[in-house]
Amino acid sequence: MKSILLAGVAAFTFAAAAASAQTVGFSQIGSESGWRAAETTLTKQQAEERGIDLKFSDAQQKQENQIAAIRAFVAQGVDAILLAPVVATGWDSALEEAKDAEIPVVLLDRSVDSSDDLYLTAVGSNLVHEGEVAGEWLVETVGGEPCRVVELQGTTGSSPAIDRATGFRNSLDGHGNLEIVRSQTGDFTRSQGKEVMESFLQAENGGADICALYAHNDDMAVGAIQAIKEAGLKPGDDILIVAIDAVPDYFQAMAAGEANATVELTPNMAGPAFDALEAYWADGTIPPKFIQTESALYTQADDPQGEFERRKGLGY
Amino acid sequence: MKRGAPVALLAIGMTLVVATRGIDLSVGTVIAISGAVGAATIANGYGLVPALVTAIAAGLAAGLFNGILVAFIGIQPIVATLILMISGRGIAQLITEGRILTFNLPSFAFLGSGDFLGIPVPVWIWVLAAALVIFLVRRTALGLLIEAIGVNRKASALAGVNARVLLIAVYMASGFCAALAGIIITADIRGADANNAGLWLELDAVLATVIGGNSLLGGRFSISAAVIGAMIIQTIDTGILLAGFPSEYNLVIKAVLVVIILVLQSPNITGDLKFLRQNLFGGRAKAAARQEAGK
Repeated sequence: MKSILLAGVAAFTFAAAAASAQTVGFSQIGSESGWRAAETTLTKQQAEERGIDLKFSDAQQKQENQIAAIRAFVAQGVDAILLAPVVATGWDSALEEAKDAEIPVVLLDRSVDSSDDLYLTAVGSNLVHEGEVAGEWLVETVGGEPCRVVELQGTTGSSPAIDRATGFRNSLDGHGNLEIVRSQTGDFTRSQGKEVMESFLQAENGGADICALYAHNDDMAVGAIQAIKEAGLKPGDDILIVAIDAVPDYFQAMAAGEANATVELTPNMAGPAFDALEAYWADGTIPPKFIQTESALYTQADDPQGEFERRKGLGY
Repeated sequence: MKRGAPVALLAIGMTLVVATRGIDLSVGTVIAISGAVGAATIANGYGLVPALVTAIAAGLAAGLFNGILVAFIGIQPIVATLILMISGRGIAQLITEGRILTFNLPSFAFLGSGDFLGIPVPVWIWVLAAALVIFLVRRTALGLLIEAIGVNRKASALAGVNARVLLIAVYMASGFCAALAGIIITADIRGADANNAGLWLELDAVLATVIGGNSLLGGRFSISAAVIGAMIIQTIDTGILLAGFPSEYNLVIKAVLVVIILVLQSPNITGDLKFLRQNLFGGRAKAAARQEAGK
């Protein structure tokens, strides 16, 4: 309640100061994970930097709250709406109302299955591409040496697990020296990552036969690093480690030299979204229907300690 | 042995609860809560002992809550503990503020991944816990009283057993075991993961109890058999991981093995097998015996 009041006061003073500032409504799913909390923080930061007046609405994982928020934004006559949809279906009528009011809608990180003329564009990452970036790093790092790779997969059947596995294999294709010898799910969790890595080490001659580990997310890699240390090996040295997500704890491991690389799933979806909106407001430029965020690669050369400091305040 | 420690600990507490014809579904969540409480204590600058005390106190408090719901308010155990199973994870997330709370305290981490006399510390913890509980229930009348409640709570109350206090005590024992498991899991990864710590472990604990031959209808129980059940489950899990099957098959293989074990144990099947054996091998002897009787 207090924060709503504060936000209201801030919005009021801001509107008074810059009457021409654009107003954007943001309907966020909730704060179920650290990544999403970071997305919210970054969206607010981006809006502030660009002088955009952001109206934030937390839906607490409920679609009806999001639909209510969209209707409220339409009634307030905002200049654009950002929507991180909690589910894929059931958005037609809310999006039509926004369209009738000529308010552009930008989808963040998840898509909807409504007709694509109901929204301006969607911003998101390409999961297959993330796997490919990780694979390319390993191919380049290993060079021509033979390398036996173990893989910690995400939750069996989930789309990140399937796509990140596919992308990684795409990159390894044609490099016969790299071979995925073991692949098992660690359910995206730290404790499972550790337990499964222990079994990999046991099965592969105490880890002596493993040259690299590919984990579908950083948390599993952090667990695996502990397993490798307890087995008396040096993670990042005896076993190369590459993962995906770029969370603060993993940067800490990189700074300590215990991990080698990670591919960022950026929580900054709002940056590209605001870029597209600003171009649209300026001269009506219609962006492509899908804007793919950059899947940046971070290695030990990229100041992991600094990246850790930068990220730890974002709410991960 | 080491990986099986959490389930073995849970199985010890679960067996006591099951013996009173109850069930404790909240243990997985209690793991998350006590782990979160312990990690938060350390994160706030306290040492090993305060962390252990607060984590165990959290487990005991959870057990007390369950026990009161069951013993005094009379809610069915499966429903009473379901309340905490669902809501408790939210409590744990509030404590960790939704992220993985990491800490750096070697003495606490030692409890999860250290060795003592060449044996992993988690194994020491569950073996000692099992020995203590077995001693308590078998060397005193406690075990008998718990069984009495499971067989017939009213009759045992009439016979002078203080059923309410005992019920609360077994749920607190279960909470205590879950807190120990939470400490081990949290110490193992040096972080409290409120979302995933102990997730679905309550079901493994019930399974271990049942594989150990304990009836969910209460009465006679065996702690050591339940612990062996937990070891069997862990052997299956580790075996699957080592075997290198694609992960899609993990749960199917586990299910098939568990069904086989339970079928082999079933009294009906054992009876049938005995019957078959007698007919095949002892048929002639029996026929002779019948003739004798006929005369």
